[in-house]
Amino acid sequence: MSDLTITQTGTERLARAFSEHGKRAALMPYMMGGYPTHEESLRIGQACVQAGADIIELGVPYSDPLADGPVIHAAGTKALTAGANIASVLELARALAPDIPVVLMCYANMVLAPGVEAFVDRLARTGACGLIVPDLPLEETEQALAACDAHGIALVPLVAPTTPPERLAQIGSQTRGFLYTVSVVGTTGERAALSERFAEVVAAAKAATHAPVALGFGISTPEQARQAAQAGADGVIVGTRLVRAAGEAQDPAGAVGVLVAELAAGLAL
Amino acid sequence: MSTIEHRFGRYGGQFVPETLMPALAELEQAWLAAREDPNYRSELEGLLRDFAGRPTPLYRARRLSERMGRPVYLKREDLNHTGSHKLNNALGQALLAKRMGKRRIIAETGAGQHGVATATVCALLGLECVIYMGAEDTRRQRPNVQRMELLGATVQPIDAGARTLKEATSAAIRDWVTNVQSTHYVIGSAVGPAPYPALVRDLQRVIGDEARAQVLKREGRLPSRVIACVGGGSNAIGTFTAFLDDPQVQLIGVEAGGEGINTPRHGAPLTVGGRAGVLHGSLSAIMQDEEGQIIEAHSVSAGLDYPGTGPQHAFLRDSGRARYVAVTDAQALAAFREVTRLEGIIPALETAHALAWTLAQEDGELDLVCLSGRGDKDLAEVLALT
Ligand SMILES: Cc1ncc(COP(=O)(O)O)c(C=O)c1O
Repeated sequence: MSDLTITQTGTERLARAFSEHGKRAALMPYMMGGYPTHEESLRIGQACVQAGADIIELGVPYSDPLADGPVIHAAGTKALTAGANIASVLELARALAPDIPVVLMCYANMVLAPGVEAFVDRLARTGACGLIVPDLPLEETEQALAACDAHGIALVPLVAPTTPPERLAQIGSQTRGFLYTVSVVGTTGERAALSERFAEVVAAAKAATHAPVALGFGISTPEQARQAAQAGADGVIVGTRLVRAAGEAQDPAGAVGVLVAELAAGLAL
Repeated sequence: MSTIEHRFGRYGGQFVPETLMPALAELEQAWLAAREDPNYRSELEGLLRDFAGRPTPLYRARRLSERMGRPVYLKREDLNHTGSHKLNNALGQALLAKRMGKRRIIAETGAGQHGVATATVCALLGLECVIYMGAEDTRRQRPNVQRMELLGATVQPIDAGARTLKEATSAAIRDWVTNVQSTHYVIGSAVGPAPYPALVRDLQRVIGDEARAQVLKREGRLPSRVIACVGGGSNAIGTFTAFLDDPQVQLIGVEAGGEGINTPRHGAPLTVGGRAGVLHGSLSAIMQDEEGQIIEAHSVSAGLDYPGTGPQHAFLRDSGRARYVAVTDAQALAAFREVTRLEGIIPALETAHALAWTLAQEDGELDLVCLSGRGDKDLAEVLALT
């Protein structure tokens, strides 16, 4: 309980984003930093803000993204080829942070490389609010959690449909920012329909934490976003659909902006 | 009930997506129970004996010993069914999968030896089998692709990155994340998240347990050095384990030096040293850049062409109990030919690295080398390169 008395700027800002969005749920687009190019990805972020996004999840391209399906994997590879690195992605965070809460999604080895403390310190200086490390489960988070708490960064944990109740409660109790609830058993990617169990998964996550619950992986349409909100999700994360658009469209930022606006409309009260 | 190591010193751990954590816990419980269950043990021992052909011989290499002027012993894992040590692990894990009620098996493979071993066991036990293999490796280890397909496995070529073992392993992990409820991932080396490094070690330690007893019987003494090649490190840890408490026995792991460890083109993270990192679920010696991006490895031998290594090896290196060295592509190719001519044994290119190191030692010491596999699969590649 003692941690609740510590003021955490990142967590507070995220909490505000969840309470002040004026929609059925907070809209949380994911974008790959540096994809298709550095400049274009900045425009994509800005387009998300203008189209009604509430929180941005900013992906750091990585050589071996084990939680990602083919679309995001390929986007990361392309971003790396185009010259993206941790400094350039943190620049994007810095540029977007005044306008929207930014949560960085970064694989564990890149967080460990400079040392967890140094990494989090650097992240905090950009004005970002949170950090998601998809391959850092509860058992490995001690150091990162301490560093993030000390810097006012919300270390956002993930739960999956396979997470058993006792473990869910444990993760829920040390959640900062929001509980990233993976809707499917699988990697990131679009699905024709939400998994049959998604409502159950949302309910279980809600029961396990006081923090907002954001549903992600496999949500791509306004209809699915609305269903997630109706099932009780406080936030809806849309990734692959937007990354695919960023790769396919002539005008990536324009295309992503249109999709985010549609998603926002789907979540309108 | 006994426990299983999650860490070796600071190495190891479980750096995987949350989706897999319950499956790792289930696997750990299943292994703790199975390894003390007389039924499981007798089924495994029976298959190792009658199906795999164990114990494998310990052979005092005649002309090699003569040439070196000192005894060199070869632990003949090439005579294990399917032609390498990989079957020891595949048998144990597939039996475990059956106990857990999982009827779909996936595996990664580099040289194709682990893929063949896994496909073989799946044929034996009637399990569905999907093997992930880098597209470059399906080319250079063609005979093994044909063997796997003949055995009824689906071979899935992977086109990402350098199209070798690292990408095959990543693809297998992604499959497991997606199909974890129905599927067991038979990881092929002493790598990956806990409990895999310890599980694979437990299943491969039969190599060293047999070899230690065999050399004692034959020579009335222990070897001065025990030598094995190190890709992910399963034949090495399997050979070393029996000797860990014999401080007079030096343990030497031979990594892929590729085009030289002063170039970026090698597969020798233990030898080169540097900052530890996370690859495929555990913290260990890996090849990475300053920001933590994984660097592609290079080796003429597909089974050693991997930028990571098992966490227990990183621990043994740091503690000084084992020593790790690198042998180049050229040295391995020369040893491949030399041992073939001298002994009438065609070793795997992976194994040729260990043999090359032994061939270069001009002292009078008694060496025991793990001859981890046979080299039929490598003929086309070797003939094209030399
Ligand atoms: C014959 C042989 N030896 C060694 C290896 C390297 O693996 P490990 O280091 O796990 O023994 C392989 C891998 O494919 C192999 O086929």
